[in-house]
Amino acid sequence: MSIILEAKGVSKHFGGLKAVEKVDMQVKEGSIFGIIGPNGAGKTTFFNLCSGTYKVTSGQILFGGQDITNLPPEEVAKKGLIRTFQNIKLFQYLSVLENVKVGCHINTRTSVFDAIFHTKTYHQDEEYATEKANRVLEEVGLTEYKDWKAGNLPYGYQRKVEIARALAAEPKVLLLDEPAAGMNPAETWSLLEFIQKIRDKGHTIVVIEHDMKFVMNLCDYIMVLSFGEKICEGTPDMVKNDKNVQEAYFGRGIIQKSNELNQEGA
Amino acid sequence: MSQAKHFFEKHRKLAVLIGIGILIILPQLTRSNYIRGVLARIIVYATLASGLNIINGYSGQSCLGIVGFTCIGAYSGAILTTELGLPFLASLLITLLLCAAAGFVVSLPTLKLNGMFLSIITLGFSEMMRLTALNWQKLTNGPLGIKGIPNVELFGWKVKSGAPFYYLALVALLLVVFILNRLLKSRVGRAWIAIREDQDAARSLGVKVSHYRCVNFMTGAIICGTMGVFIAYYYRYVSPDMFSLDEGFNVLSMCVVGGSGTLFGPIAGAFVINLLTEGFRFASEWRMVMYAVLIITMMWVRPQGLFGAKDSVIAGQMSFWNFFAKKNKKKEDGDVNHIGG
Repeated sequence: MSIILEAKGVSKHFGGLKAVEKVDMQVKEGSIFGIIGPNGAGKTTFFNLCSGTYKVTSGQILFGGQDITNLPPEEVAKKGLIRTFQNIKLFQYLSVLENVKVGCHINTRTSVFDAIFHTKTYHQDEEYATEKANRVLEEVGLTEYKDWKAGNLPYGYQRKVEIARALAAEPKVLLLDEPAAGMNPAETWSLLEFIQKIRDKGHTIVVIEHDMKFVMNLCDYIMVLSFGEKICEGTPDMVKNDKNVQEAYFGRGIIQKSNELNQEGA
Repeated sequence: MSQAKHFFEKHRKLAVLIGIGILIILPQLTRSNYIRGVLARIIVYATLASGLNIINGYSGQSCLGIVGFTCIGAYSGAILTTELGLPFLASLLITLLLCAAAGFVVSLPTLKLNGMFLSIITLGFSEMMRLTALNWQKLTNGPLGIKGIPNVELFGWKVKSGAPFYYLALVALLLVVFILNRLLKSRVGRAWIAIREDQDAARSLGVKVSHYRCVNFMTGAIICGTMGVFIAYYYRYVSPDMFSLDEGFNVLSMCVVGGSGTLFGPIAGAFVINLLTEGFRFASEWRMVMYAVLIITMMWVRPQGLFGAKDSVIAGQMSFWNFFAKKNKKKEDGDVNHIGG
C-alpha cells in the first residue's frame, strides 16, 4: 500500500510556544490512522496544519506525493482531504439534506449563469447533489431527519451529519477530530462500525480521539503526541505497552509506583 | 396565524401567485395618480431591499452603504440619458455593467472583513459616492442635480408615470425575485448560506469564500445599481441628497422589518415602512418617531422580521415570545433530546 498523507518534520510555533514540533507522519492508503495524546498535546493543531487552516512554521506536508504545505483550506479540500471539527460546525439553519448538499460543492460546477438560466450543468449538478446527499444520509442512517434544521438535531446526530457532509465530498482522506466526543457507549460502538465501513469503501481515515477503547479497537496504526512532539508510534499493542506513552498519560510517578507494586507482587 | 403559515407552506406556489395577483391589481384600486406613484416607489424600494437582502440576509455580511451603488446607478442612468440621449434599456444595460464593476472593486478590500468593520467601510463608500456626486460639478452638476430626464420609452411605448411605471417596476421586482430564487436553490446560494452560517466549515468543504463573497456583493450591487436608474426615471431628476445615509438605513430597516434572509420579507418590509411614512404624512415629524418605535418593537417582538421563521438565524434567544414561553420551550428541548437518546 502506498503512502497517501505524509508529514515531514512539521512544526508550528505560536510565538514562543511550540505547539507542534518536528512531527513526522506517514499514513498508508486505506488504513485507519489514530492520533492520540493528553490534552493540549497539539493534536488538533496538527490537524489544522494538515487541512491548511494554520500555516506551518517549518516542514512539509505531502498528499498523494503532491506538496500541499500552506495551501488554503479550500484548495486542500479540492485535492480530496476533508476534515470534521472538534466543536461541531454545521450550517445550523440549513436542513440536514442541504448541509450534505454543500458537501457536494467541490464535485459540482454550477456557476451563477447556470443557476439563473437552468442550463444542463445546473440540472446535472442538482441531480447529482440530491442523489448523493440522499445516499450518504441513508448510509449514516439519518434519512428520516433530512428535512430537520441541522441545529435542532441532538448532539450525536449532529456529529453524524458532519461526517455525512464530509463524505459527500468523496474524500480520499477523511480527518475526523474527536468523532466520538459526547457519545454514549452504544453510539460510540455504532460509530466504530460505521468508520470501518467507510474504510472498506476505500477512504483513508485519520482520527483524533480520547476514548482509548475506541481508538485501540478501531485503528491500524497509532501516533502519540505529547507537548507537541511525537513520543511513540506503532500498532495499538505496541503503543499500549510503551513506557513513554504510559508516562505521558499517567505521570512518571504513578508508573514507577505501579512497576514497584508489580514487582513486589511478582 | 399558524393556519395561515401552514397554508402558505403547503401551497407555496398558489400563495405566490395570489401575491403577484394582488400586486397587479393594486394600482387599479385607486384613481389617484399620487397613490399610484407611491405604489411605484414602494415597488422600487422593495427591489432595492431585495438586493440588500442578498448581501445582508443570505451571505451574512453587513453592508450599510448600498445606496452608494444606487447613487452610481442613478447618475449613470441620468447622464447617459440626458447627455448622450441613450434609450432606457441601453442605459440600464451600461449601468448594470458599471455597477458590477463598482461592486467588484468595493468587494476587494472587504473580502477579509466581517461585521462592524465591513459596515463601516461600506458606510464610507456610500458617503464617498454622495460627496463625489456633490463635488464633481462638470459631470453631475453638483448640488443642483440633473434635471429633465424624460419618460421611459420601451420599444416605442411611452411609459407614463403612475400605473405604467408601476408595472415596469413590478416586472423588475418579479425578475429580481425570480433570479434570486433560482440562485438560492442552486450550488451558488447554498455556498452563500454556508458562508453565513460558518465560514471555516464552508472553507473546509472547498467553498472559495472570497470568490463567493465577491459574487454575492456584485449581485447585490447590480440590483441596487439598476434600481438607481429606475429612481432617476421615477423622479425624473437626481441630486446628491437623494442618496444620503438616511436612505441607506431606510432600505436596511425595510429588510429588518420584513425579515432578512427571506425572499418575500424585504417586499413586505418595503410596503409596511413606506405606507407608514406616507400614510402618516399629516403627523409630520412625529411619523419618524413612529418609525423608530416600529423598529424597536419589531426587534423586540419579532427580531426575525415579518416573514422570518421562528427558528431563523436572526430570531435569536431573547425574543419577546421566548421570554414568556420559556417554560414550554424547555419542555420541547427535553423532548428533542429524548428522541436522540
